[in-house]
Amino acid sequence: MVMANFIIDSIKSLFLGATDKSMEEIKSKEQYGYKMEGDVKLDIKELNFYYGEFKALKNINLKIPTKKITALIGPSGCGKTTLLRCFNRMHDLYPGSRYEGFIIFHPDGINIANPHIDLLDLRRRVGMVFQRPNPFPKSIFENVAYGLRVNGVKNKKLIEERVEWALQSAALWDEVKDRLNDNAYSLSGGQQQRLCIARAIAIEPDIVLFDEPTSALDPISTSKIEELIMTLKERLTIIIVTHNMQQAARVSDYTGFMYLGELIEFDKTQKIFTVPSQKLTEDYITGRFG
Amino acid sequence: MLSFITRKKILDRLMLAVFFTAGFITIFITIGIVFVLLSDSVKFFQEVSIKDFLTEKEWTPVFATKKFGVWPLVAGTFLIAAIAMLVSIPLGILIAIYLSEYASVRVKEIAKPIIEFMEAIPTVVYGYFTLLFVTPILQKIVPNLEAFNSLAPGIVLGFMILPYTASMAEDSMKGVPQRIREASYALGATKLRTAITIVIPAAISGIVAGFILGASRAIGETMVVAIAAGMYPNLTLDPREPIQTMTGYIVQVALGDLPYGSIEYLSIFAVGLALFIIAFIFNSIALWLRSRIREAY
Repeated sequence: MVMANFIIDSIKSLFLGATDKSMEEIKSKEQYGYKMEGDVKLDIKELNFYYGEFKALKNINLKIPTKKITALIGPSGCGKTTLLRCFNRMHDLYPGSRYEGFIIFHPDGINIANPHIDLLDLRRRVGMVFQRPNPFPKSIFENVAYGLRVNGVKNKKLIEERVEWALQSAALWDEVKDRLNDNAYSLSGGQQQRLCIARAIAIEPDIVLFDEPTSALDPISTSKIEELIMTLKERLTIIIVTHNMQQAARVSDYTGFMYLGELIEFDKTQKIFTVPSQKLTEDYITGRFG
Repeated sequence: MLSFITRKKILDRLMLAVFFTAGFITIFITIGIVFVLLSDSVKFFQEVSIKDFLTEKEWTPVFATKKFGVWPLVAGTFLIAAIAMLVSIPLGILIAIYLSEYASVRVKEIAKPIIEFMEAIPTVVYGYFTLLFVTPILQKIVPNLEAFNSLAPGIVLGFMILPYTASMAEDSMKGVPQRIREASYALGATKLRTAITIVIPAAISGIVAGFILGASRAIGETMVVAIAAGMYPNLTLDPREPIQTMTGYIVQVALGDLPYGSIEYLSIFAVGLALFIIAFIFNSIALWLRSRIREAY
């Protein structure tokens, strides 16, 4: 079954113009030394990323599993957020960014790092939740409806349904259903962040990227967001960047440890936090540096 | 040692007095202006009733039958200001969107000082530029455009107030946090959509404040309209006809030899007071709106 999927993917990527090189490299899912259950969503190969002359990511090789939570950890400046922002090409908003290598988006087989892909379409399929809650200065309803409107949904009833569904999925509906027309900034920080999650999932992306989503929140709001993230993985592939190792241990299925722009180790979360294979990883998770 | 402390204290007091005076000179001047305007206006309104001033439809202070209805001057003033805003609002918004959302840092570094430099050009230059250059060109396009009209000075004023409209709009759009833009881009929105549906609504109070300050500037502007709009108090909304604005009238009368205390002399204070009140209202609205920028996000 896994093999069949792989062959189908390979044929698709042939038609969609992935290079021979990427074809050759998709050999087996165990090639990076860890076993993965289920399908691969993002297959990152030989990824380098530059801010101008500065090489911020060095030869990243990584497979992000479908409908699992993958955490990226590492000390400040290790490149974890930089890597996350490659997946929806957020870097392109600023001049001087450059990608090399492959981020193959399955099942389509599109290379996200290809400079010529349609970024609007990519970002529709790869949502993002940011470090600090950043709702639009609009009503609660309009915040969630915005993504739908951007993507051409005009039917008023459909928008209302989707907004309610998204707010319910983000465990916010009961708190806001009576004041959907209030300004989003009247909500508390934790509620704002759940609103941002609702906004991201309303357009049903394949992947949602979380960039330290709880770093600006109190412990109670944090645990609510963590619970929410864990329920979302039934439908979505989730990648979360966090500086909080306990959080990575609590919520994620897989963890990648990054240091100085390199991916040092990637494995099942349980393994990373109990028997890491790299000395550097062990030093970091035991708090010897970072 | 003790004397040293005392000297320090005296110096401190002295400096306080200097700062206090410097700060309050501006306030004293404003109070002085209001006092002069009010006292001479009171004399004017002893001879011409406020009712006539506000209800008569003619302004003929130098004719044999003097009539003092302020509306022709107010209409001229607002007509010019309205034309200026019709030019300046769309242009200002387009420039602001370009500079704040699209332009590279280099372009911005060059373009913004140039826009703000328009403020530094003496207005008399704008006045003759309008009369001798803009009006003749417009006469080729607009039929029956008279040599003195409100269209040409209105358009030129529209450009002249871009430092208020475009530049303030750009400042307040720039003030919208980048993370709010990123949220929009992350949902697959284009730059244009983000600018129009997210950035402009978030910055609207600052943008509108800039427009109102610009309108206030257009209403108070003197040289351009005195030179290019004519000297003819005319209750009309036709931009092709000569008109006179409130400021234009004050210049005209102030330049002539009028006996001190005559009714014509006093009338400029009444007009000045009316202008002051209008400008004051506009600026107050703008300030109030600007204080709202810090709300929300």
